[in-house]
Amino acid sequence: MSDTVRLRIRRQDGPEARARWESFALRRKPHMNVISCLQAIQADPVDADGRATTPVVWDCNCLEEVCGACTMVINGRARQACTALVDELGASITLEPLGKFPVVRDLVVDRQVMFENLKRIKGWIPIDGTYDLGPGPRLPERERQFAYSLSRCMTCGCCMEACPQVNPRTNFIGPATLAQAVYFNASPTGRMTASERLEAVMGDGGITECGNAQNCVKACPKEVPLTTAIAGLNRATTWHYVKNWLTR
Amino acid sequence: MDRKNIVIVGGGLAGQMAAVRAAEQHFHVDLVSLVPIKRSHSVCAQGGINAAVNTKGEGDSPWEHFDDTIYGGDFLANQTPVKRMCESAPGIIYLFDRMGVPFNRTAEGLLDFRRFGGTKHHRTAYAGATTGQQLLYALDEQVRRYEVAGQITKHEGWEFLSVVRDGGGACRGVVAANHVDGAIRAFRAGAVILATGGPGLIFGRSTNSVINTGAAAAAVYLQGGVYANGEFIQVHPTAIPGEDKLRLMSESARGEGGRVWVPRDGKPWYFLEEMYPAYGNLVPRDIATRAIFEVCVNQGLGVDGKNQVYLDLTHIPADELEVKLGGILEIYRKFTGEDPARVPMKVFPAVHYSMGGLWVDFDQMTSIPGLFAAGECEYQYHGGNRLGANSLLSCIHGGQVAARAAMDHVDGVPAAPGPDPYDAEVRRQEAVFEEIRSMDGDENPYRLHRELGEVMTDNVTVVRHNDRLDETLERIAEFKERWRHIGPPDRDGTLNQSLYFTRQLHHMLELAHVIALGARLRDESRGAHYKPAFPSRDDDRFLKTTLATHTPDGPRIDYEDVDIQYLPPRPRVYDVYRKEDRP
Repeated sequence: MSDTVRLRIRRQDGPEARARWESFALRRKPHMNVISCLQAIQADPVDADGRATTPVVWDCNCLEEVCGACTMVINGRARQACTALVDELGASITLEPLGKFPVVRDLVVDRQVMFENLKRIKGWIPIDGTYDLGPGPRLPERERQFAYSLSRCMTCGCCMEACPQVNPRTNFIGPATLAQAVYFNASPTGRMTASERLEAVMGDGGITECGNAQNCVKACPKEVPLTTAIAGLNRATTWHYVKNWLTR
Repeated sequence: MDRKNIVIVGGGLAGQMAAVRAAEQHFHVDLVSLVPIKRSHSVCAQGGINAAVNTKGEGDSPWEHFDDTIYGGDFLANQTPVKRMCESAPGIIYLFDRMGVPFNRTAEGLLDFRRFGGTKHHRTAYAGATTGQQLLYALDEQVRRYEVAGQITKHEGWEFLSVVRDGGGACRGVVAANHVDGAIRAFRAGAVILATGGPGLIFGRSTNSVINTGAAAAAVYLQGGVYANGEFIQVHPTAIPGEDKLRLMSESARGEGGRVWVPRDGKPWYFLEEMYPAYGNLVPRDIATRAIFEVCVNQGLGVDGKNQVYLDLTHIPADELEVKLGGILEIYRKFTGEDPARVPMKVFPAVHYSMGGLWVDFDQMTSIPGLFAAGECEYQYHGGNRLGANSLLSCIHGGQVAARAAMDHVDGVPAAPGPDPYDAEVRRQEAVFEEIRSMDGDENPYRLHRELGEVMTDNVTVVRHNDRLDETLERIAEFKERWRHIGPPDRDGTLNQSLYFTRQLHHMLELAHVIALGARLRDESRGAHYKPAFPSRDDDRFLKTTLATHTPDGPRIDYEDVDIQYLPPRPRVYDVYRKEDRP
């Protein structure tokens, strides 16, 4: 393996600025990941031709793939930079910002829309208050495991990036948000307000925008069962529609 | 409006808990956070959260939890707030259960509890091995609910710069900067709660997230807030080394039966079990870390001749591991390519947590009236060493106490005396950035930070020597001088991260000074603070809280007595279980 790591990074000074490519050559060290490459550029900001440049701007926080911050497109695929190990990425590494969100600068994008979508589906358990009201409802461990698999979603945006239906022509809220609706509706307390979330995902940009491409579940770094959740939500919304019609 | 307004800085567990508490009492909250609050460092907490509910018939109780916590902290924590925390713990678990946290369950569908370090009881509730993430998400959802209701306004991507003090010295709000466009503005409030986390980045690489610079707490210290017990830094025994960070392998791995060993004479040597028969692999973190250091550094028995030991789960059925520890197994697999269900993990100690932090009273108020602190940025609950799974608890409990106290404070606060202090503080902070922008030396802030981290890790962690601490203090003085010769690698433009980092580095150097000086002056060994030249705990001289106050010549160190009204100090040993010693 070459002792030089080569990176091509798509840079953009601001939301309105034109994008450009910069190349970097770094000395290879054991156990490097994309984060440590970007850190090396911060400490010595020169490009592959030795010209001084500014440090590349990117988002990161936990560096162990639980916060979702450092999501970017690495060699064509949306994933977290922390778990992108250099030795597994081939001879050259290409970094780009996520394409489905507005660029703030360089590799940083604005994913606020995902948090807004969670408001739309009323993504919370409507508890009475945070004072001590005793234990919560009992839950079979098997149901708990399904809920947990959905609750590991870190709102990173990989599924949005992979989904062909998330594009400027639709206002699809995306796979992650739909799966969160399933998560809250699976909770014994959340179930009491399930119809509100079903109504929300039956509206504009909701579940009917899903084209069943099934890219999302493959793109998810946390193995959230997105397609299973969406299929279940499809059945629930259909039944809800029929029930609404019958009780009109 | 601003009199019924509370500003909370920091969107981790403590800050979010306080925000929800205040919002449900019809206060308005401005929640200021560096990052989208759902990405706060609390997501990294893995193993669980303690509450003595005694569901396993082991005779556990909040009193036992209190005793374990005080004893585990080597009697340095004030006992009144710790007792309150342990008493509130069961209610906190039930609250999060009601919020929908997918805690692991028993066959009856009740909450399951597991073992953790420094206790003989199953006291730790958990959601796989991503408990912090799950607790944080549950609060994030409640915050969103109050955001929709107009009770909470989030300001994400804003960096706290300073508090605003009125003519009488009381805190009346904060000044913060927007990372994207660089705008600096004041946020007015009747009370402020700081919940900004720990300072792990001072040690370069640690188990902490990159935002954990301690810069916010340091800013308050520079404005006159007292910083307590700074020298008490927890080094977690089990992390995977990495170029960019040291990744935690949760204590819950040992709670579920994981064993630590090194090869010796061709056979596994389970040294923790041999040295500490009563607690074995579940000794508190300071004890386990020192044992690993002894075996690797002094005896040269590290695995493959390196500073690393095995953390072995291979004797536990793989499907059980997946349900109880899946989150950390995934981290280990992704970063090392090896499967801990098949081969033992290789781990080594890493800086993890600060027991020290801003001094607060029993109602979480700092030495600045109207400014409260909760979570890792304050010092109050863990004494000389924190027990595993007590940090999530102290964040949530501290956030609840701070919210109550802040609301009471706002209700009683008079109109601010003197002239409007906000504009002056905004201008002062704008001048700081102007100064940083105009610096044009040849130092790179990121390289200087690495040097600081190496010096601090080498000299102010597991084993401390006075001569090396003296050298460290000299190096910190040198770094402070070199900081003035930084040339920010990026002066203008949107989202100028290096400008903010340069400012954070300044603050890290100030806190490093507090930490190193506190360690230098404490000539004893207690909890995580260990000096071979002074191997015993010295209650006569040092059963005291360290108080650091900023002066132009560096920190002034004073000491304050510790509240020991419930449990008289007794020797701390983990090789035997001495229940008879307990009151």
